[in-house]
Amino acid sequence: MIIDHPLLGPRDSSEFTYMGDAALIDRPDPEAEDAAQAFYEYAYLRDNPAGWHRELWFHEAGDRSWLVVTRNTLTHEISKVELARDVARSRGRSR
Amino acid sequence: MHDLTPTPALGYEAQTIGTVTITENSGVALASVAARTGHSDTCTAELTSLLGAAPRVGRAVLHDPEAGFWMGPDQWMIGAPMATHEDLADQLKARFGTAASITEQSGAWVVFDVTGDAMPDMCELLCNVAIRRMTAGDVQRTVIHQLGCFVIRRASDDHIRILGPRASAGTLHHALITAAKSIA
Repeated sequence: MIIDHPLLGPRDSSEFTYMGDAALIDRPDPEAEDAAQAFYEYAYLRDNPAGWHRELWFHEAGDRSWLVVTRNTLTHEISKVELARDVARSRGRSR
Repeated sequence: MHDLTPTPALGYEAQTIGTVTITENSGVALASVAARTGHSDTCTAELTSLLGAAPRVGRAVLHDPEAGFWMGPDQWMIGAPMATHEDLADQLKARFGTAASITEQSGAWVVFDVTGDAMPDMCELLCNVAIRRMTAGDVQRTVIHQLGCFVIRRASDDHIRILGPRASAGTLHHALITAAKSIA
């Protein structure tokens, strides 16, 4: 499997480490009323889709950037690769 | 005034095996620059005034006395001669101020220079880097012998510089020697 790194170009997936569902970027608000339930779901509950899935990959043997990879879990086709920080910032984080 | 020499990680003599020479280079002072949130442009401007240009993705700027290369988004490594720039991190901190986090890196990395005609053959055994397609100033972070290393293609066609974790300098050196012997 080849991951087309947004900065470095196509790189072998063996250079990367899978770091889980990209939904982990959306950490719940610890001040919210339902924080306990929200953190329980955030920490333990995962979807396991057969099909398109947004995932975090860490370029461990490369530039150490975190990526959001949109991958089809049935075919391993990759339709989109973004820097995780760009995704996080587009949702109002890190400002 | 004492004339002190920097302490090498290994202190081994340069070794020539076949056509390849492996030398530990203890004369490089290193410090990393990581732009703080929102200060990317300030850092780029400071790097330009320091090096002549800010290193682009996957590239080094080979400049004297300071040189630098791109490590990751908004992160760069700066190197300079140990003899004159042992306090490189302090010098950079004074320059970058609060725009960047500066970390002393001389104690974290061991630097090996590998030269010789068979260097590309050796490099191909060691790491997943398209060494024959690299041009002077290309830098890639990769894995050598399970160790995260930077491979820098220097100005001369048969010269690469390898930065590896200093705490595993002996292991990395062993890997280099083994690869050199197997192609000799």
